Amino acid sequence: MSANLIALLYDATLQTLYMVAISAILGTVLGLPLGVFLATSQRGELLSSPLLNKVLGLVVNAARSVPFIILVVAIIPFTRLIAGTSIGTTAAIVPLTIAATPFIARLVENAIREVDAGLIEAARAMGATPYQIIRKVLVPEALPGITLGLTLAVVSLIGYSAMVGAVGGEGLGDLGIRYGYQRFMPDVMLAVVVILIVMVQLVQSIGEWIAARVDKRAPRNRGN
Amino acid sequence: MPEPTSTGAAIRFDAVEKAFDASGRGRVVALSDVTLDIGAGDICGIIGRSGAGKSTLLRMVNGLEVPTSGTVTVGGRDVGRASGADLRAIRREVGMIFQHFNLLASRTVYGNIALPLEIAGLPSGQIKQRVTDLIARVGLEAQANRYPAELSGGQKQRVGIARALATQPKVLLSDEATSALDPETTQTVLGLLRDINRDLGLTILLITHEMAVVRDIASHMAVIDGGRIVESGPTYDVFVQPKHPTTRSFLSGVTGITLPAFIASRMQDSRPDGASEEVIRVTFAGSHATDPMLAKLTGEMGISVNILAGAIEEIGPHPFGNLLISVDAARGSDAREYLQRHGLLTEVLGYVR
Repeated sequence: MSANLIALLYDATLQTLYMVAISAILGTVLGLPLGVFLATSQRGELLSSPLLNKVLGLVVNAARSVPFIILVVAIIPFTRLIAGTSIGTTAAIVPLTIAATPFIARLVENAIREVDAGLIEAARAMGATPYQIIRKVLVPEALPGITLGLTLAVVSLIGYSAMVGAVGGEGLGDLGIRYGYQRFMPDVMLAVVVILIVMVQLVQSIGEWIAARVDKRAPRNRGN
Repeated sequence: MPEPTSTGAAIRFDAVEKAFDASGRGRVVALSDVTLDIGAGDICGIIGRSGAGKSTLLRMVNGLEVPTSGTVTVGGRDVGRASGADLRAIRREVGMIFQHFNLLASRTVYGNIALPLEIAGLPSGQIKQRVTDLIARVGLEAQANRYPAELSGGQKQRVGIARALATQPKVLLSDEATSALDPETTQTVLGLLRDINRDLGLTILLITHEMAVVRDIASHMAVIDGGRIVESGPTYDVFVQPKHPTTRSFLSGVTGITLPAFIASRMQDSRPDGASEEVIRVTFAGSHATDPMLAKLTGEMGISVNILAGAIEEIGPHPFGNLLISVDAARGSDAREYLQRHGLLTEVLGYVR
């Protein structure tokens, strides 16, 4: 493999890391509060507002049912509005974030719903406000689950990032399609696949390590 | 105990009713016409079977449940009508401990006890001081930095108690706090509650389905059945002279005096013709609890006595005994009259041929 190709692989790896990292951060910033709200706003819950809960639930489901490649092209005008352009690595962050946010929201919602209702009752009995219950009880107690959820989301984003070549997003997936497939260079394809496997493996291991670190529950309860 | 005790009521239930709208089953009444005063500094035990409504009753004291009608007052303040910041202020004056402890798995012993203080917005210096004191009070100095998963059940409940005391409440609610613990640990936790009651003058309202817990710790008790208070009063009085069948069935579990099966199966309510035995429950209370009354009954009256079952118990400092005896039915009334004259309580349970 020529030095030229190695430079290409190196650049593509950085582009993928950049897209995934920024969209994961933005997706978490948006998805975490959305997930918390979804988990606490059904009738009779802490932030009880059943109508808004239902509407947001529908929006989340709708966003999650659109195949990612269609989402990418369907929101091109929106991407242009946000990023100033609809083409390139930075522009690709917009659809990636839009795909990641509802996914992360659902994962966070599930993790928070796993928290024992007895803890909410105990916190209410202490005179906690709903905001205090969320910040001091629900999120810390759900942290192991949230961490594993975010790990899953990052792994999915690595997969999604391979599709943003469709709008000039570049990155590893794009390199694999353009060089490995269209120019028939199996060594490039193989290198791309290996790098992606290593990347996913690393993300998964780091995520599990952090989740275990923050998990103070008895061992039998671990890994929900 | 409808009228307030001399020290004034810490908690007062006045004609409280609670009904739920259960889908498909119409209205379900969980509590009806509950009137009960709990005096400041008392330990009041509410006993009932599961589903009797005791949990709902307890949760009204800190507003986790709101009565459908009637009022619940704590320290003179109406809990049911309080909301927002007022309700949260009341809740800080009412500590609560739980059957399953409800500790945060993500926080250490120290962190769990600090939680209510963080919620109350205390400065961190004060929190540190208060938490350190509380950890010492419940004897968990060595476990301060452990997580709940590393503690035994008894230790977890100690953390729960320290956490409940953190905001220096006047009232402590105990929701089956010893039901998940083994008998030995139950005793140490009850001992801790007794100490807290004595040292801090804390009013404790506890619910349980175990009569032994009431006997061991409660100065007053109430029996709840089908959403109603069927009997209440000082624990000793209720134990010595239970009036309601539910109370008696709870008592038979703890005093260990049930009739032997071969007698219970043959017993009838009315006196049969011919020779028969009268089965009598004799309750020795107060100073007579240790007198050898049955020996005197035989010696002075010439009535021979069969002892069927019996036990002597202590409630606080007061001993009391329960005996099931049988005597010749022809001499039954003489025997009962003699025992009553000497300050014992008697009750005819039935006759055996």
